[in-house]
Amino acid sequence: MDAIGFKFILFMIAALVVIVSSVLMATRKNPIHSALWMIVTFFAMAIIYLLLNAQFIAVAQVMVYAGAIMMLILFVIMMVNMDKGNREETTKASWSLGKKMAAALLMVILLVELLFGALFYRMTARVGDYPADAVAAAGNAKTVGALLYGQYLFPFEVASILLLIGIVGAVVIAKRNK
Amino acid sequence: MELYYFILEVVIKNLVVISILMLFVAYLTLAERKFLGYLQVRLGPNRVGTWGLLQPIADGIKSFVKEDIIPTNADKPVYVIAPMISFVAALSMFAVIPFGESVTLFGREIKLVIADVDIGILYVFAMGTLGEYGIVLGGWSSGNKYAILGALRAAAQMISYEVALGLIVIGTIILSGSLRLTEIVEAQRDVWFIVYQPFAFLLYIVAALAEVNRTPFDMPESESELACGFNIEYSSMKFALFMIAEYAHLVTVSALTTTLFLGGWLGPVLPGPVWFILKTCVMIFIFIWIRGTYPRMRYDHIMKFGWKFLFPAALANVVITAFIVALR
Repeated sequence: MDAIGFKFILFMIAALVVIVSSVLMATRKNPIHSALWMIVTFFAMAIIYLLLNAQFIAVAQVMVYAGAIMMLILFVIMMVNMDKGNREETTKASWSLGKKMAAALLMVILLVELLFGALFYRMTARVGDYPADAVAAAGNAKTVGALLYGQYLFPFEVASILLLIGIVGAVVIAKRNK
Repeated sequence: MELYYFILEVVIKNLVVISILMLFVAYLTLAERKFLGYLQVRLGPNRVGTWGLLQPIADGIKSFVKEDIIPTNADKPVYVIAPMISFVAALSMFAVIPFGESVTLFGREIKLVIADVDIGILYVFAMGTLGEYGIVLGGWSSGNKYAILGALRAAAQMISYEVALGLIVIGTIILSGSLRLTEIVEAQRDVWFIVYQPFAFLLYIVAALAEVNRTPFDMPESESELACGFNIEYSSMKFALFMIAEYAHLVTVSALTTTLFLGGWLGPVLPGPVWFILKTCVMIFIFIWIRGTYPRMRYDHIMKFGWKFLFPAALANVVITAFIVALR
């Protein structure tokens, strides 16, 4: 079997895992199980990044999202409901007919959009500044770093200041409630 | 044909590394008990075989034939998967650690590392975080209050110390200019990084102790207050898996310290892998020594220490290193 066929099979498996685990994530009753399926989703996403030759993004995905952030979420869930409490069944009953109709309509629109996208998708001929071989020559992390701290320096700094404001805001709110 | 040779090479390297690692782990349990015994002026295990040399085998057989208990309160699938997560993560961490220069065998140049990837060090940290899930989930799924407390502590400790650990390593990354572990070792050909970064080395040992959950940071399983913490309900092979994972993690962290600060496989006269194993053993001994010396810290002290000392110190180390390298 050639490398491309092998990659295609890997991609199909990873994509299926992403879809199935995200559906399971949304439908589990126990919040911890939801969090676990979300970790599986992140993992399969990382495999797709790997297939796209983006090792740095893949490992960052595993380290930051599947690792640190999900650990924080698990920690909070465990702290808040220690008794393995299942989600209260309030959402189902309180949905009116109008809301259900709106949800169904939204679902149909999204499905049509998805089909449209899948049917009329064409590979663009334009080659970007960073094709796979250029990235491989310079090194993955180096390319990301050069872009982040060169071309996109301003948005990057703005984003970090935004995050800092978020942290300070959280501390202020927490202190006021005491 | 080339492809088949490549696959054969990878399979053989995997088998060799995993069997050596497992042997190491088995005898590490004995070495730790022996050293701790001598540090506390007693003999340690000495009944099974001379000098207790067959003790690991006896332990293995014992845990294999014990009854496997799953508590009624447990969340079964998670309870079963948790030790496996720990085990797999601890084993796969070793894949990117180089243990020697390339050798030529049967006309093929063979690198003495399973996978020489571009972002090796990040991979090690990613796998390290995943290993922690085994502990957190194992504690949570047992359905036992002590186990849940252990899991909570593991999660909090991991969040606090992983940040510092990542920052500490950035110093060596700046000096070598690469995330690839083989290049980090090559950059230490003249001077080991422990000379340039002695402070970072000390910080790294502290953070690594917290990462592998050993005394004085063994919060998740502090025996005297949590009655063994996260693994309180585990028995038989599942318990053994946790133990193997913990010791494999210790070996990997020691090997990583060797790679980052002690010049990896580099050294005069003796071949690379021998130097690598020697340095790793020295690091492991230091970890055991610390366990025999220090009492367990209090939980809030650990958190305070992590955020108020270790994190700022690591940050300062990054800034100063970057400043000096930029000036050069």
